[in-house]
Amino acid sequence: MKYLLLIYENEASMAGLSESEQGKIFQEYMDYTSGIHKSGHRLAGEALQPVATATTVRVKNGKTVTTDGPFAETREQLGGFYMVEAKDLDEAIKLAAGIPGASTGSIEVRPIMPTPPPG
Amino acid sequence: MDFESLYREERPRALATLIRLLRDFDLAEEMLQEAFTAALEQWPAAGPPRTPWAWLVSTARHKAIDRLRRDRSRAAKSAEIVYLGEAALPAVDADEEPFPDDLMRLIFTCCHPALALEAQVALTLKALCGLSVEEIARAFLVSPTTMAQRLVRAKNKIRAAGIPYEVPASDRLGERLEGVMRVVYLVFNEGYAATSGDLLVRRELCTEAIRLGRLLRALLPAAGEVTGLLALMLLHDARRAARLDDRGEIVTLEEQDRSVWDRTQMAEGQALAEEALRRGGGGFYALQAAIAALHAQAARAEDTDWPQIAALYALLLRLHPSPVVALNHAAAVAMGERLERGLRLIEQIEAGGELEHFHLLPAAKADILRRLGRPLEAAAAYERALELVTHNAERRYLERRLREVRATSNPSGDPSGGPARA
Repeated sequence: MKYLLLIYENEASMAGLSESEQGKIFQEYMDYTSGIHKSGHRLAGEALQPVATATTVRVKNGKTVTTDGPFAETREQLGGFYMVEAKDLDEAIKLAAGIPGASTGSIEVRPIMPTPPPG
Repeated sequence: MDFESLYREERPRALATLIRLLRDFDLAEEMLQEAFTAALEQWPAAGPPRTPWAWLVSTARHKAIDRLRRDRSRAAKSAEIVYLGEAALPAVDADEEPFPDDLMRLIFTCCHPALALEAQVALTLKALCGLSVEEIARAFLVSPTTMAQRLVRAKNKIRAAGIPYEVPASDRLGERLEGVMRVVYLVFNEGYAATSGDLLVRRELCTEAIRLGRLLRALLPAAGEVTGLLALMLLHDARRAARLDDRGEIVTLEEQDRSVWDRTQMAEGQALAEEALRRGGGGFYALQAAIAALHAQAARAEDTDWPQIAALYALLLRLHPSPVVALNHAAAVAMGERLERGLRLIEQIEAGGELEHFHLLPAAKADILRRLGRPLEAAAAYERALELVTHNAERRYLERRLREVRATSNPSGDPSGGPARA
């Protein structure tokens, strides 16, 4: 089964860390990513630029309306994701728990809609 | 031959196996129900089969195959039904013994932490205890529609999110077992706290919780906490006949008529409590069971070994600290005639602010002040408790106590609360 692991962190706290602390976290993510790549779980994954760079798009009455910022102000912000192949939710949870952000933020584990059978 | 009870006994194991075979809670329950109908038709004449479990599973399996054939020809939308063929449903031998594994799978799946706690409870009662949706709804004071939706959402989550039908890996088993025990204990407390409304149905929750406790113990005999939980429930439940008077009013432990305690059940609970302590003494349930066992040992309230109980609460507080445990410890200390010390402990908890909205904190304080012969302060504390209490029978108890202390006109010598203590 495919799952999306959505990494939520409080951006302000992360930004407040020292350079060496940030470097340490960066390395942890590198190690984690190569780990799940080697194990064959990783299908995709990216870090996102901060919410200040976000733009929200809505189409109302045929007009495209854009606003600065994320779709909602939240205490923790989406910072990145992994798409993984896991045999069941327990395995997905184990993968999510391994993400460095799990100990400081929250990881949402969302199953991906299965592709319908052909015909 | 009471087939209803036989079915009740065999149902959880049969359902557990069918869910594994069919990979579908609803289909398994439905087919098992049809198998039971067939049993009611055939067993009276031919007598029950040697292995009822195997008969039920086989019969249900055949009916599932028939159902899948019909659905396939109706061009079913569900990918599962189209995929599942007869080859995927292994046959079951007439003499086969049920795997304990299947029942464990069912218990751990129903109590999976990815499900909301109330969903875990509902699923456990439905699948493991065989309660109907209406019975569970009544027990938890919600409408049957709400409960039905809760169950549908839970089963959808299991399917959509891929919650596996497996016994957890050994490195996860301990924490998952804690989750199962939490559900069982919650069910028990819901039944135990029933003081009004549908008393009979809520009372049945205690029976079901104990049944689940026994099941867990049969599956995991070496787990000390499982034994402790069963002991705790048996000991509490053994007092049920004495807990309410004939007007439905609460009778406190102190005031209960101990002659109506179920002494046989208490003896069983005490033996299990001892075993739980031997197996690994510091468990949360094991320690509470030991405390309950000490109460059980007292022939009269005045024979209660309060200092020993206070010591156990102190240990419980050290190993499993929580404000509620601290409160129970303080109350036990006070009951052991160290009223001033108990009062100081309670004041410490109050200063901590954690139990600000818990009525039992001011209630315990009020009781100590009453027994210290300080009725004015006791009255103030009872009033505070009354602001917070939610259960009607508990409210009436507190109102009674408040009336008693108000009736005391002399603040330094309280005739209704015992002599003043230093």
